[in-house]
Amino acid sequence: MTTFTVAMVSAGLSQPSSTRLLADQLADAVRRAAGIDGDRVEVVTLELRELAHDITNNLLTGFPNVPLHSAIDALTSADAVIAVTPVFSASYSGLFKSFFDVIEPAALTGTPVLMAATGGSARHSLVLDYALRPLFSHLKATIVPTGVFAATADFGSDGAGRSLADRVNRAGRELVALIGPTPGRGTGFDGAEPGPSRTGNRPGRESDPFDALVPFTELLARR
Amino acid sequence: MQFGIFTVGDVTTDPTTGRTPTEAQRIKAMVTIAQKAEEVGLDVFASGEHHNPPFVPSSPTTMLGYLAAKTDKLILSTSTTLITTNDPVKIAEDFAMLQHLADGRVDLMMGRGNTGPVYPWFGKDIAKGIELAVENYDLLRRLWREDVVDWQGMFRTPLHGFTSTPRPLDGVPPFVWHGSIRSPEIAEQAAYYGDGFFANHIFWPKAHFQRLIELYRTRFEHYGHGTADQAIVGLGGQVFMRKNSQDAVKEFRPYFDHAPVYGYGPSLEDFTEMTPLTVGSPAEVIEKTLKFREYFGDYQRQLFLMDHAGLPLKTVLEQLDLLGEEVVPVLRKEFNALRPARVPNAPTHRSLQAAKLAADQAAADLSSAGIQS
Repeated sequence: MTTFTVAMVSAGLSQPSSTRLLADQLADAVRRAAGIDGDRVEVVTLELRELAHDITNNLLTGFPNVPLHSAIDALTSADAVIAVTPVFSASYSGLFKSFFDVIEPAALTGTPVLMAATGGSARHSLVLDYALRPLFSHLKATIVPTGVFAATADFGSDGAGRSLADRVNRAGRELVALIGPTPGRGTGFDGAEPGPSRTGNRPGRESDPFDALVPFTELLARR
Repeated sequence: MQFGIFTVGDVTTDPTTGRTPTEAQRIKAMVTIAQKAEEVGLDVFASGEHHNPPFVPSSPTTMLGYLAAKTDKLILSTSTTLITTNDPVKIAEDFAMLQHLADGRVDLMMGRGNTGPVYPWFGKDIAKGIELAVENYDLLRRLWREDVVDWQGMFRTPLHGFTSTPRPLDGVPPFVWHGSIRSPEIAEQAAYYGDGFFANHIFWPKAHFQRLIELYRTRFEHYGHGTADQAIVGLGGQVFMRKNSQDAVKEFRPYFDHAPVYGYGPSLEDFTEMTPLTVGSPAEVIEKTLKFREYFGDYQRQLFLMDHAGLPLKTVLEQLDLLGEEVVPVLRKEFNALRPARVPNAPTHRSLQAAKLAADQAAADLSSAGIQS
């Protein structure tokens, strides 16, 4: 059994919010999908409403305060991310974007990301592909093929509700598949030796310049 | 230990009166502030270098040259000199000239600048910032240390048989600090040459700078310039004082709330919690500044930012009185008492000259001993 962590980012503003509702459904789906292989999922919830002032201050001062620093650490050290935003004015909310604006550019490189959005009507559903997907492509995240859009009506009627549940479950399974090989799952690469946790083994996710220090003689010789 | 002030040279509207100084008023105010720094017993005045409004100091050696004539003891420095976009040949010439006029009361701090468009304005590529800092500084050192330089690099016209004039005063190049708020490469550069490292930590939390300074100290020792605790470290600071702490907070708050760097962001209370900013009584400033030593180790130079965000000249001069009379004498005494004997002071022209004479003498003794045997 392996335990892996999933950072769940919810940018909903109202309390309670349908964005958070969708995020929780996705987290449950991920737990269920992982459970099939006997794996456990630890979900770290990042409610951006609680960080809104800190995120703005980071934009203005250039550094995160202690609570925001912890949140960014939780996001960037997670094995996978569930990112859910409401649709505001035909795109992700400004708060959602601002949060991803204050992380280091390489911090999510190679991290599996399940993206989802909520909106008043299904006419906004393409926001996943014209707004969220380019954002996470820019961050070089590994994006789950199925994005989940939930319109208000999806939470109500029977038929629509079932179809939302199907999309949620499929997306959850796809996220777990992207997190990578685990012992005994049989989907791993031949000869791969996965560690006890999958955290930190992702190639290219090097965002700490101190770890990549080039000795000065080499800097000089580059001329 | 050296204490001083550093200025950004911003022209900012006083948020309490709506008054904006002219460039002429601001430049003359900077001169008055520097003279006041000497009068109240501070050791260092450093000017920034900027090439865009609302900043006035585009030509630091012009101002420092004028100050050399107006002061007697003050060390004249920069915060920073742009090693990326200035021609290293011109830096070598300008600061050697300044050394002669100031009788050696000169050092300088290298920086890469924080305004992107300055690179293209001066014909450089910002993506090459580190490479420019490395190549230009290496040339600058040679121009000061070798009478005739043959040189070829990536970023500047080659030099053949070039002699930078005037030669450094007494054959001793000015001491150099390297300033950085982000880049480990610059801490590494300072360590490689055994130069000083200045961490302007005034806007950022301390953990980041602890790593930068630790890296510099470790690498300073690695390159054989001394032990890690003998590395030459400078720190920034930012204070606003009144006898009564509450008066300081009340008076400074509107300047804080509208300040160009952090205005409209965190509250004054949060910011003082997170960064070195101290707004309060002289005793509170002393207490917080002494903590810097606990976080970063014994260090050699403390510079305070005193004259920004639209504070009127009269207020800044009052602040300098408090700094010189009530804060710095206590800090000097306390820091000196805490510092082990093996931790050196920041190099000055005089100490570097003495070291050079001793080295020259040792070399001469060695060669005459060689002739006799």
